[in-house]
Amino acid sequence: MDFSIGSDLFGYHVLWTILWSDILIFFLVGAITLFLISLRKNPENRQRWRQVFSTRLGMSTFVIIMAYIAIALVDSIHFRKALPAVEGQGSEQVFYSNTVNSLLDLALGEMGEQHERTYSAPFALKSWNKENLLLPGGERVRDYPVLKYGGQHLKNDEDKQRDIVHKSLLGLGKGLAIALLLIGLHAHRLKKKTSTSEPALTNSRLPALPWRTAWITFAIIMALFGWLVTIGNLYHVLGTDQAGNDTLYESLKGIRTGVLIGTLATLITMPIAISLGIAAGYFKGWVDDVVQYIYTTLISIPGLLLIAASVLLFQVWINNNPDFFEVGLEKADAKFLALCFILGITSWTSLCRLLRAETLKISQLDYVQAAHAFGVSHFKIIRRHILPNLSHIIIISFVLDFSGLVLAEAVLSYIGVVLIRPWPAGAI
Amino acid sequence: MFAYIIRRLCYAIPILIGVNLLTFILFFIVNTPEDMARAHLGDKYVTEQAIQEWIADKGYDQPLFYNPQASGLEQLTSTIFFEKSIKLFAFDFGNSDEGRNIRSDVVDRMGPSLALALPTFIIGIWVNISVALMVLMFRGSRLDRFAVAVFVTMMSVSYLFYIVVGQFFIARVSRLVPVSGYNEGIDGWRFLILPIAIGVITGIGAGARWYRTLFIEASGQDFARTARAKGVSEAGVLFRHVLPNAMLPILTGVVVVIPSLFMGSLIMESFFSIPGLGSYLLDAIQAQDFAIVRAMVFLGSVLYIIGLILTDISYTWADPRVRLN
Repeated sequence: MDFSIGSDLFGYHVLWTILWSDILIFFLVGAITLFLISLRKNPENRQRWRQVFSTRLGMSTFVIIMAYIAIALVDSIHFRKALPAVEGQGSEQVFYSNTVNSLLDLALGEMGEQHERTYSAPFALKSWNKENLLLPGGERVRDYPVLKYGGQHLKNDEDKQRDIVHKSLLGLGKGLAIALLLIGLHAHRLKKKTSTSEPALTNSRLPALPWRTAWITFAIIMALFGWLVTIGNLYHVLGTDQAGNDTLYESLKGIRTGVLIGTLATLITMPIAISLGIAAGYFKGWVDDVVQYIYTTLISIPGLLLIAASVLLFQVWINNNPDFFEVGLEKADAKFLALCFILGITSWTSLCRLLRAETLKISQLDYVQAAHAFGVSHFKIIRRHILPNLSHIIIISFVLDFSGLVLAEAVLSYIGVVLIRPWPAGAI
Repeated sequence: MFAYIIRRLCYAIPILIGVNLLTFILFFIVNTPEDMARAHLGDKYVTEQAIQEWIADKGYDQPLFYNPQASGLEQLTSTIFFEKSIKLFAFDFGNSDEGRNIRSDVVDRMGPSLALALPTFIIGIWVNISVALMVLMFRGSRLDRFAVAVFVTMMSVSYLFYIVVGQFFIARVSRLVPVSGYNEGIDGWRFLILPIAIGVITGIGAGARWYRTLFIEASGQDFARTARAKGVSEAGVLFRHVLPNAMLPILTGVVVVIPSLFMGSLIMESFFSIPGLGSYLLDAIQAQDFAIVRAMVFLGSVLYIIGLILTDISYTWADPRVRLN
């Protein structure tokens, strides 16, 4: 999908491109934020969450997760750059590049475009393997070729260490400066808020939040990011892979993949698992039999195999319908979404089993029986009495599945069934 | 007991039929044989005739469920569903795209798979339980907290990392064992020892943490406190009281896996080029050989169901109070 409007971005003429996964990632993050805001309304929930955030570990974890999500979101705003005008091309006509970039690429500068030939070590100036080189004199030697980009701003190689230290300090300083500015603004706002609000509202019932920890974490992240951006454009900080791509860049791009797979696949899992699990445990009888039959059948197929088979089939479908997708990334994007979908469809079974067992237990309890006796409808009983008592299982399995799914994707992309070329999350 | 096993086996039949139908729908209705032919012969530059020949060659040219042209019982038997799906129940897997008989391939490759998977499994359980018991001895101390942190770190790292690092440092740099390969018979240990070690180490994080939780739960029970109160040593409590009582949840997780050991490990086998079933499947996926994938899906679910039945039987062995009926 392309926006038809081009616009200017930092001097480039660009065409905004929206991938399906972009829409989804913003939608998902927005939905989760709304859900959390709605939780805030309940004072009891609020107090419980406050307790989590009042620990230093909780606060710094939150900041780190936010950093990941921010990178994923920035990486989800895509555009295609305008190509420089060719001679004889009308001034009205603009052609756009076939590669799709994101705002993250802009922030990272040239890092994504510095392709070497093949492997190189971190901070290396020369390639990892020897090759046949043609000297200017016409002589052939076998030596390590000089990298095209890594450290090529140096006048002579001995300066490398000093240059790295120098540039590192510069990068760290830049990141810190931005961080300090933002922290200063935040501290200022915080002060204003506490001084204007009435003392009765800021009573000690709610524990204070450890803002200092959050600030320190934030400053560290920003400094690190500043360092990576500065030095990553001059050297290959983590080396390059077989195809000569910068490994650091690949891992940063992998963050979006990881976040999206984790959220999307678990969010596909949840409705299926919750509705079937509760239905089986609550209504019992034939509903229970059918649900049990479905998940036993699915469980008995080895998970990786089912996923591999489904992806294989989807691959065939994509190859037979090539007209669906305009640019390469859109094809990769569709494959990627299909993978999330398949991962979600195949991994709901274990949660469903847990929920069924728990529902069986809860629906025997006195308060559910009492609700029955009062003639409360099934739907209301489930919503008021059963669902809230299952929420701890749902949240825990959401978190655990999240990492499991990202790791599963890493394995799948190794097997080669996935082949989403742009940035498998396995790089993280 | 015997009647119970028979009944469980009968329960397995509808599940296997479900698996069978699911794979049939995925492989023949969602994707028609023509799609498969295209994927196999090359996407664009293939003639209609070549596709038809491929389909006829693989026996996919029959109708799906019902053949009106045939007579008598053949109306049902000379169909894709019967030929390709029902015959799986007799473990008749047919031929792969290369024309080799899948069943004999599977039988040949089970040996290497088992040679890798069985030692990894047994040593893995032994190591995990020992580590968990050891950590439990120091429960609540700094060592305990440190160990849990190490477990969590170990389980968050993808196991591809362990394989790559192990292969690089032990096989390539120090040259202690060959990088990859396989040999029949007793000489094969040199090829197997590294994958087995890596498999065991990879499992420690999640495994030991899981067993630790089980043991903590069991050691908080009344019988453990009574044992301590009457003066049994801590080791005695752990081995004589906690371990047997944590046996049921351990068996639940462990016994299911045993039959699946025949399937081998997809990743391990392909990294160390061991000619087992895992690498067989991986090759099939990469060559888009649907016949093999279908056969393996079926085989995998059969083995899983056997595992479930074995789990139930093992309960009676571990805990005499459990009666199967």
